[in-house]
Order: sequence, then C-alpha cells, then structure tokens
Amino acid sequence: MLRIRQDLVDAIVEHARRDHPDEACGVILGPAGSDRPERFKAMLNAARSPTFFEFDSQDLFHLYREVDERDEEIVVIYHSHTATEAYPSRTDIQFGSLSPDSHWVLVSTRDPESVELRSFRIRDGEVDEEPVEVVAAAAPESSPSA
Amino acid sequence: MAIEVRIPTILRSYTGGDKAVEGKGETLGDLFADLDTRHDGLRGRLVADDGALNRFVNVYLNDEDVRFLGGIETPVADGDVVTILPAVAGGAAQEMSAGGAAGG
Repeated sequence: MLRIRQDLVDAIVEHARRDHPDEACGVILGPAGSDRPERFKAMLNAARSPTFFEFDSQDLFHLYREVDERDEEIVVIYHSHTATEAYPSRTDIQFGSLSPDSHWVLVSTRDPESVELRSFRIRDGEVDEEPVEVVAAAAPESSPSA
Repeated sequence: MAIEVRIPTILRSYTGGDKAVEGKGETLGDLFADLDTRHDGLRGRLVADDGALNRFVNVYLNDEDVRFLGGIETPVADGDVVTILPAVAGGAAQEMSAGGAAGG
C-alpha cells in the first residue's frame, strides 16, 4: 500500500497538468527505510516527449548523491501518461524492474476534468497494483525567515 | 590503488551485497571484464550484446556520464570512481524509440 499526503498528490497532478501533453516525471523522497513519501522533487523529462520520459543523467547523478547525503530513499517515482490510462506500459515495466524498492506512481492527464492516479510495484517484470491511501496534508511549517 | 566502482542496490546480488567494489583496467570495458572475473554476470547487466553500454544503466566516471566521454572505450585510471545507477525512464510508448539499444 502507498500512504501519501494530499498535498503531495496535488503536487504530482499539478506537475503533470503543467507539462501536458508531454509526460512529466519526478520523485518523492523520504527517510531511508521509512517507506514514507515526504519531500517532493519534480524532475526534468530529458526526453520532452508525449510518450516517453527519462531523468536527465546528470540530474539523476545529483539526485542519488543528495539522497545518500541526506540518508533518504526514493519512496515514489512518478510520471504521467498523457493520452492513455495510468497503467504501466511495457517500457515502464522494463525500467521499473530496476527500481523495485520504489512505488511506481502513474497519473493520467487524458481527461482534464478528472484525476486518475494509481500506484504499482514493479519487480522482475511483474506489475502489482497497490491501494493508495491519501491522508490529510501536514500543517504548514512556519517560514524560517519569518 | 585501484578503481572504485559503486554498485546500485539492484546489482548488489552480484557483489555479495557490497555497495562498492574495486577493479582495474585501461578502459571502462576492461574494468567491467575484470569485475566479471570476481562478480560473475555483472558485466552482462552493464554491457549489451552489441558491446555498447546497456540502455538500462547510467555509468559515470567521477561525476560525468560516460556516454559523453567515450562510452565503453572511456579510459580509466587508478583513483577514479565509477558510479553505476539504474536509468529512471519509461512512458506510455510500448516500444522504445530506435536508437535506444533496449535489451528486451
């Protein structure tokens, strides 16, 4: 199961709508070993394509370095499908099998009026859909500069 | 001195769980062949059938993607750090576009 805050769901959907009709992609990081998505990070789709996404290789390198330094893990890898359902394609399954410890979240932007967001585990070429439990957003933190 | 190679979680089954291993060679291709003598099968996850780098991994020499250096022919030297990361990619297309040397 993926347990995720409403504000993080909103951030994924907003990013996907903004980049439509190209696919949008990104991650949500959390403390290592927690399986708790906390820190939203939109990534650049280096492919800039309506049917393919790929993290820029330099961005990927820095992402992993940051994750290590902060003792985090990549809890969620998300991307959008812009004309089809929010279900992993064969390409998603090939690449998803390389990141079996992350929740693979797909959002479809084919319908501008409704939100279609689903979560999967992809391991060894097998797709398992999992329930998504959306919880209330945390209280906003006070601004450090205030 | 040797070349340090950082291994992603998905490939640590080849290194007995080690996050980093050491190897030697004049080029990245040599280095992967050397690693394969101790970590059987690892090279096959990094190099495609045509001898080029596998589409599913990104390989960095120090902090630069080797695709922008010399690919599998990139010269390496003692003290270098090679980092392997799984590519993060996908998308609605059922087939990857031509040019991506997909393994499957």
